[in-house]
Amino acid sequence: MSTEARTDARVVAAVGAQPSRRGRLRLAVALLGAAAFVVLSIAVAITLGPADVSLVNVRDILLNHAGLAQIPVRASEDAIVWQERLPRAIVAAATGAGLGICGMIMQSLLRNPLADPFVLGISSGASTGAVVIGILGIGGAGLGLSGGAFIGALVAFALVLVLTRLTGGGTDKVVLAGVASTQLFSALTSLVVFAFADSDETRGVMFWLLGSLEGVRWPDAVLCTATVVVGAALTWRTARVLDAFPFGDDVAASLGIDTAKVRTALLLLTALITAVLVSVTGAVGFVGLVLPHAARLISGHRHSRLLPTTALLGAAFMVWVDAGARTVFAPTPLPVGVGTALVGVPVFIVLLARRRELR
Amino acid sequence: MTLHADAVSWDRGGNLVVDGVTLRTEPGETVGLLGPNGSGKSSLLRLMHGAARPSRGRVLLGDADLTGLGRREVARSIAVVQQHAHSDVDLAVRDVVRLGRIPYRSLWGGDQRGDDEAVERALVATGMDDRAGRAWHTLSGGERQRVHIARALAQEPKELLMDEPTNHLDIRHQLEILTLVTRLPVTTVVALHDLGLAAMFCDRVMVLCAGRAVAAGRPADVLTQALIADVYGVRADVSVDGDGLLRVHYCPGAPADVAPAAGPGRGDA
Repeated sequence: MSTEARTDARVVAAVGAQPSRRGRLRLAVALLGAAAFVVLSIAVAITLGPADVSLVNVRDILLNHAGLAQIPVRASEDAIVWQERLPRAIVAAATGAGLGICGMIMQSLLRNPLADPFVLGISSGASTGAVVIGILGIGGAGLGLSGGAFIGALVAFALVLVLTRLTGGGTDKVVLAGVASTQLFSALTSLVVFAFADSDETRGVMFWLLGSLEGVRWPDAVLCTATVVVGAALTWRTARVLDAFPFGDDVAASLGIDTAKVRTALLLLTALITAVLVSVTGAVGFVGLVLPHAARLISGHRHSRLLPTTALLGAAFMVWVDAGARTVFAPTPLPVGVGTALVGVPVFIVLLARRRELR
Repeated sequence: MTLHADAVSWDRGGNLVVDGVTLRTEPGETVGLLGPNGSGKSSLLRLMHGAARPSRGRVLLGDADLTGLGRREVARSIAVVQQHAHSDVDLAVRDVVRLGRIPYRSLWGGDQRGDDEAVERALVATGMDDRAGRAWHTLSGGERQRVHIARALAQEPKELLMDEPTNHLDIRHQLEILTLVTRLPVTTVVALHDLGLAAMFCDRVMVLCAGRAVAAGRPADVLTQALIADVYGVRADVSVDGDGLLRVHYCPGAPADVAPAAGPGRGDA
């Protein structure tokens, strides 16, 4: 009994002395700082481009639109900032955050460091949907490229679910079904482009397939942001559960987690987020694969920390890469998907190498 | 509340991996599950924490049938430690132990302070409280198994089911882990390969062979030369040493009906 009392005393002392509250405060400060950096990045990115707009002008224009001021600004600058660059920067941030979160979920859920949001065939399904609408003209103008992409993405995901069910489930079956689905829809896309597209159409579709933020407007920004915010909030609720999955389904199940149900629900969530993003921006590669890894190097593997880190890192990364893609080869825009890989791969290699030194 | 398998069978695609096994546990005791590979130890453990449903018979937790209870409810009473639940994920020890609080969390949060205390108690009980901040990948195999036991204890279970928890561990860590387990204030059912360790640490053992329970009782009564020859197909000398501990010595060669008088080591190969 005395041992028990002693143990309890130690426990109470340890719980009281736990640095968790300070740790949480530090985390909150760090995340607020990162969020501020994302906002600042968007503000600075808006000033970049062929038409020079100063940061002060940007501030004035934003204050005007917020109804907080009535500062006279040039109409052309107002149009460039408010109609083009701001919604575009917001879509970039939302895409980076959303794809990062989806990649993080996939890697944990499928226990596979190579998993990304497109592992379920969503990007190739989207591209098939887009070319079917864009080149064959099926479905008419009402749907548009985006609508076709969204439907194609969900069809590919449904195929993956069916294949997984047929082969008896399990994480590696999901990955294999995803590979099969990706290959199938890539082939279909190529077939349509090869057989029916003229060179102009091919170029337009290619640009979109590589990922592009050309011509996005406010409705796109609202759609992407709302999707990612809701998706992130739902993922946040399952952060602890995601921590359990990497130890195997048996461990997760013994902790009272309905592994099959949770996995299907989370796969569906990532599929929906990715489908929305892909329908707006095309398949922006690399972000979903590598940013979660980079975020792990910064904040560790606990998903309650990893989730905000991935989201903010992804948002900042995409805003800057898109700003670069717009301006470096101006007036010719670079597909943003090309930029993400060209910038991101070297950065990632440096991060990995430094991490190895630390060990 | 005790866990009780009542004549459970598990027909796994036409293969009867568990065949009419009854196992009743008494509060606080350590029960060893023995038997060769494929004898149904792991399968029985899976049935006993509801990871699989028995085809026949039922598993009772107290008076309630396990199949009628929710997963989280079961996880608050029964914790499981698998033989080799490794992960590449680099969580801190405390974060892994905190996974044991998942069954107590609702979708909208839970009792933070209660969680912290249960985690800390589990760390102290397993002697990992001084290493709570260490990263998973820096731990030895023995430490990882301790962390899993701590994670299981954080579930505040009445019953602890362990599937060969000492596999892959060196002998010192095997002894440490089993000493720890027998001292825990929970009922433990542990599948083991090593008969000597089972004899040393278990209050009772049950021997499975081809899904059926072929013997059960105190280790000294169950682990006889004849039973080991019968179930494992191995020749063994069983004796009681000066400390009253059961010793099992294995000998090469196939078991004969009559043990050779010339002593061990000279059996034909």
